[in-house]
Amino acid sequence: MLADPNLYDYWPYKDRPPIVWPGGKKLAFWIAPNIEFYEFDPPRNVSRPGWPRPSPDVVGYSQRDWGNRVGHWRLMELMDKYGMRGSISLSTALIDHHPEIIEACVARDWEFFSHGIYNTRYSYNMDEAQERAIIEDSIRSIQSATGQRIRGYLAPALTHTERTLDLLAEYDFWYTCDLFQDDQPQPVKTRTGKLISMPYSLEVNDVITYGSLAMAPQRYADVLKRHFDQLLEESQQSGVVMCIPLHAYLVSQPHRLGPFAEALKYISENSDDVWITTASEIAGVYREQFFDQTLDDVAARGLATGGFGFTSTEAAHAGS
Amino acid sequence: MPVPDEYLAYPHRAYGADQPRYPWRSSCERAPIAWPGRAAAACLIVTPLEFHMLNPAGKPFKHPGAMVTPYPDLRHFTTRDYGNRVGIFRILRELKAAGLKATVPINAVLLERVRPLIEALIEDGHEIAAYGVDTDHIHWSGLDAGVERQWVEQTRTAFDKAGLTPRTWMSPARQQSFETLDLIAEAGFDVCLDWEQDSLPVPMKTASREVIAVPLSTELDDRVLLSDRRQTEAEWADQILEAMRFTKEEAPRFGGQVLGFSLTPYVSGQPFRIWALRGALGALGADAGVWSATASQIADAWKKAAGDA
Repeated sequence: MLADPNLYDYWPYKDRPPIVWPGGKKLAFWIAPNIEFYEFDPPRNVSRPGWPRPSPDVVGYSQRDWGNRVGHWRLMELMDKYGMRGSISLSTALIDHHPEIIEACVARDWEFFSHGIYNTRYSYNMDEAQERAIIEDSIRSIQSATGQRIRGYLAPALTHTERTLDLLAEYDFWYTCDLFQDDQPQPVKTRTGKLISMPYSLEVNDVITYGSLAMAPQRYADVLKRHFDQLLEESQQSGVVMCIPLHAYLVSQPHRLGPFAEALKYISENSDDVWITTASEIAGVYREQFFDQTLDDVAARGLATGGFGFTSTEAAHAGS
Repeated sequence: MPVPDEYLAYPHRAYGADQPRYPWRSSCERAPIAWPGRAAAACLIVTPLEFHMLNPAGKPFKHPGAMVTPYPDLRHFTTRDYGNRVGIFRILRELKAAGLKATVPINAVLLERVRPLIEALIEDGHEIAAYGVDTDHIHWSGLDAGVERQWVEQTRTAFDKAGLTPRTWMSPARQQSFETLDLIAEAGFDVCLDWEQDSLPVPMKTASREVIAVPLSTELDDRVLLSDRRQTEAEWADQILEAMRFTKEEAPRFGGQVLGFSLTPYVSGQPFRIWALRGALGALGADAGVWSATASQIADAWKKAAGDA
């Protein structure tokens, strides 16, 4: 095991070369509804049980099922109201279980990316063939159901191996949501391809805010507005990305969706400099226009360390 | 340790649910239903009465509210007991003042110990529900089926002995085994408070009779919000009323729905919380669009309305 994954180089958030988004916009804003399937009786993974309680964890299961039966439709209607498309972090198997949800998202031209097969199947300890099988299943199943070739990935339940990001790059993924080191995209040091880290904030993710941080609904709305205001102000220097990662089983609860709607309304009303878009559109523009600029700036500052993810810095230097 | 290849096999990956108890159906496909009096929302208030023994085994996990410190944890034993002696009577007073009815799941071992409380619940017209043997009899898949059946029978027998015939079941910690629904149906229960997969009751298949799941919200649980998440009383009460506002607002388009939340006696029965409790209950009681109903009343009204729809 390594101390530093060496997935990207240190790059201070100061005097970076400017990013300007299409139409002269400053802040790229996207919403990531996680549309997940948690299994009633998942197989045991040696590193982590499928549920906090022994299966069947009926409260946990039924709450998440509520998200698909009831919550999803409420959230979708709210996003329609503000003309905001979702970039869906999808448990791929949900295509088979609940195709009605997929059809409703396709009808709205929402983007899909893979969040594994089930959110109760973890990547820990998988060998290369197994992890390839997950990725190939995601690409094939989502393409077949939606016509979209997925370009993004968020590992199921945020479970990784040392080769996850290299595999994504090899399969021509454009972005990963698994890294949280920055408010701007950044190239990931993969052996092939052109993969970037896409800002997908855990700090304003509803699982964290309502759960770990125990926020009441109004406080979450206030947090989102302040997060937006601050990033918008900083984006006058160089374009940044704001993402709101959501889970309908949490945000669409009847005591929460009203206050959350205030945050979307606020963003919508202050969006002159905001590019309201999807993750793959951000990634596409970044790869074309700003990927090399970032690498050049890191190199010019003498901060490029070389090598690839999960090679030690010494090995990286030895190889260069 | 390597991952076996069967970890990448998905035997239930097919249309619909991955369990046999109830089918998949999105809220878009529900026929709108009407509650009695054309109320916009049914309000389910659940006040669980729990016995937290000094010496729990905590298998397979500690029940929420179980002892914390080394034996004898008199601090938590008496704090929980406070709920059943004092807090619950404050809650009952506020429910009566607001004209609201509660559903009261009771651990079977409490029936004799808290007899005067049972009488007060009956007098006020609340629904008494079964809540398993006690907080250290958690139903789960690691139990021998014979043992679980015996626990359900023991619970039914204790209620019989107390002259009570509850229809509604809530499992300790709302945890089940794969057989729990079959066993409670066999023991004559036809309403269950362990599930929350919809904003309407959901009929659950069992080996014998149907059991109606009436939804109770974890995310509005007073113990979760006030104790675990340390939210303020004002935030807690505001969330209950906002949930009701939202649920009522959907009624013209989607019909009546259920809003279920819990009032845990040792949590919301604390003196410093009564002002917030009174505010929330008073507003619900004064609202003509809210039908205050117990679990079995909601199940029955839903069956009738779904039959009419």
